[in-house]
Amino acid sequence: MAIESITILGGHGKDGGEEPVRRIDLRMGDVVSIVGPTGSGKTTLINDIELFADANTPTGRRILINGAVAPAEFRDNPARNPIALITQHTTFLSDMPVQGFLETHARIRTDVGEPAESLVERTLAFANQLTGEPILVRSRMTELSGGQTRALLIADATILCNTPIVLLDEVENAGIHRSRALELLRAYRKIFIFVTHDPRIALLSDYRIVMRNGTVRQVLHTAADERKFSAKVTKLDDFLSRLRERIRMGESLTDLEAELEAVA
Amino acid sequence: MKLVICAGPATTGKTAVLRHIIKKLRDGGQLAAFLKIDVQYAEEDELLAREFGIPTRKVYSGELCPDHCNVMVLGDALQWAGKAGADVLLVETAGLCLRCSPYVDGGLGLVVLEATSGMNLPLKVGPMLSLADVAVVTKIDRVSQAEREVFRARIQEVAPAVRVREVNALHGIGIDPLLEHIRQTPHATDHMLLRGNPPVGTCTICVGKKEVGWQSHFGVVRPLENQAFYRGE
Ligand SMILES: Nc1ncnc2c1ncn2[C@@H]1O[C@H](COP(=O)(O)OP(=O)(O)OP(=O)(O)O)[C@@H](O)[C@H]1O
Ligand SMILES: Nc1nc2c(ncn2[C@@H]2O[C@H](COP(=O)(O)OP(=O)(O)O)[C@@H](O)[C@H]2O)c(=O)[nH]1
Ligand SMILES: [Mg+2]
Ligand SMILES: [Mg+2]
Ligand SMILES: [Zn+2]
Repeated sequence: MAIESITILGGHGKDGGEEPVRRIDLRMGDVVSIVGPTGSGKTTLINDIELFADANTPTGRRILINGAVAPAEFRDNPARNPIALITQHTTFLSDMPVQGFLETHARIRTDVGEPAESLVERTLAFANQLTGEPILVRSRMTELSGGQTRALLIADATILCNTPIVLLDEVENAGIHRSRALELLRAYRKIFIFVTHDPRIALLSDYRIVMRNGTVRQVLHTAADERKFSAKVTKLDDFLSRLRERIRMGESLTDLEAELEAVA
Repeated sequence: MKLVICAGPATTGKTAVLRHIIKKLRDGGQLAAFLKIDVQYAEEDELLAREFGIPTRKVYSGELCPDHCNVMVLGDALQWAGKAGADVLLVETAGLCLRCSPYVDGGLGLVVLEATSGMNLPLKVGPMLSLADVAVVTKIDRVSQAEREVFRARIQEVAPAVRVREVNALHGIGIDPLLEHIRQTPHATDHMLLRGNPPVGTCTICVGKKEVGWQSHFGVVRPLENQAFYRGE
């Protein structure tokens, strides 16, 4: 089934009050951010989407795919699930080796086509572009660091699941190469939904879903003048990334003062 | 009246799942009765009686295998629940004997496993999983989507015919399909049978001979190097 749209139908907030925004339609190719204070219900909203909520979660929201209730097989058969969710988790509980875990996931996520070994290889290569120290296939999942865990989850969702809809919960908190991740992700045409506190990701989105007290308060389309200064934000952000990387590698930063003057 | 037997290792979320089932049955105008079978301590009967005002009981299996204890008391329990006017009897059992199954033909068998338990658990729980009708996977809110899917695959490797249902038993997400399974379960009858074959009969240790080493025992014995065999007297 080709995915054209996701619809979010409003439910109610933590206090039982009606959600102000009653309907949001996301179309194929949209890049969307979900923003809001800590505890405002951002994770809960993407979980509703991933669960294909049908007024059966605590929020009372309903999710439609191509305008209709999602077929049961989306949830019962991972090979048919059009959504990959990169959760906020920074640890795996799984006691399997990375190789075995990815091979099992590859087998159940894809019906046909590419053999599991080559999928696993590509997934690891993608993940290792995002981490500092590479993930070794023989390590156990539980041995991976927080950043390696997030990198592997992003790679698993993008390469191995390769679904038309990708939900990402606060990728910026992972200590991974964030700009590299964005660059790699944008090569794909999908619906991307980022839960984020990051100005760069927010400005790169087509619109921002604003959360408060468990509900969607408003939908803000990225304005033309916001886009104009987004280039400058990107430069600033790249500079800060470089700074971070140099600190990580144990280098001195004295030569960067002039560059800071230039971007700030 | 219908019979649901819910088994699973300790703290996997059996009571949490049953609590949502009781609530949803009540919303649909149906009364649940609850029986807890445990080896030596349980308080779910008091908690659920207080919370929902439904008929509840508990049985301590003590020296008996809890699964066999379940079989022993089930006839009386069905009568008790029937007299109490229940539409569904929910039995929660620790299922500590991993060789036996607690399920009954004609009843619905639920095994509750937690997604956080590690990928080898499905390989370790034996007939408690393979003879169930539905494997309920709890705590999906605590793991990544990828891990949840691989855990599901591990269950299906061991038990391809068992239906897998993922739930968040804290918030009651994913419970509706379980109600549908109960709806499709036939009514309990007077002649129900334990599902599966019980493990081979008792050895002399079971009847109180305590010497170490198979040479001191009769019946089905097991040396370290060989398979079990029958040693008659
Ligand atoms: N509409 C709602 N109705 C009831 N409870 C809700 C609703 N929305 C969110 N909650 C509850 O509020 C709590 C916080 O929500 P959530 O974890 O989604 O916040 P968040 O915005 O992702 O926070 P953070 O930035 O810290 O990750 C959770 O316990 C969630 O179950
Ligand atoms: N996060 C989370 N916790 C759960 C879930 N299901 C059960 N729990 C918790 O796990 C613990 C044990 O649950 P309980 O129902 O008593 O387990 P039982 O021993 O199998 O009956 C309790 O603290 C529950 O709140 C779930 O889906 N998610
Ligand atoms: Mg969150
Ligand atoms: Mg319990
Ligand atoms: Zn037994």
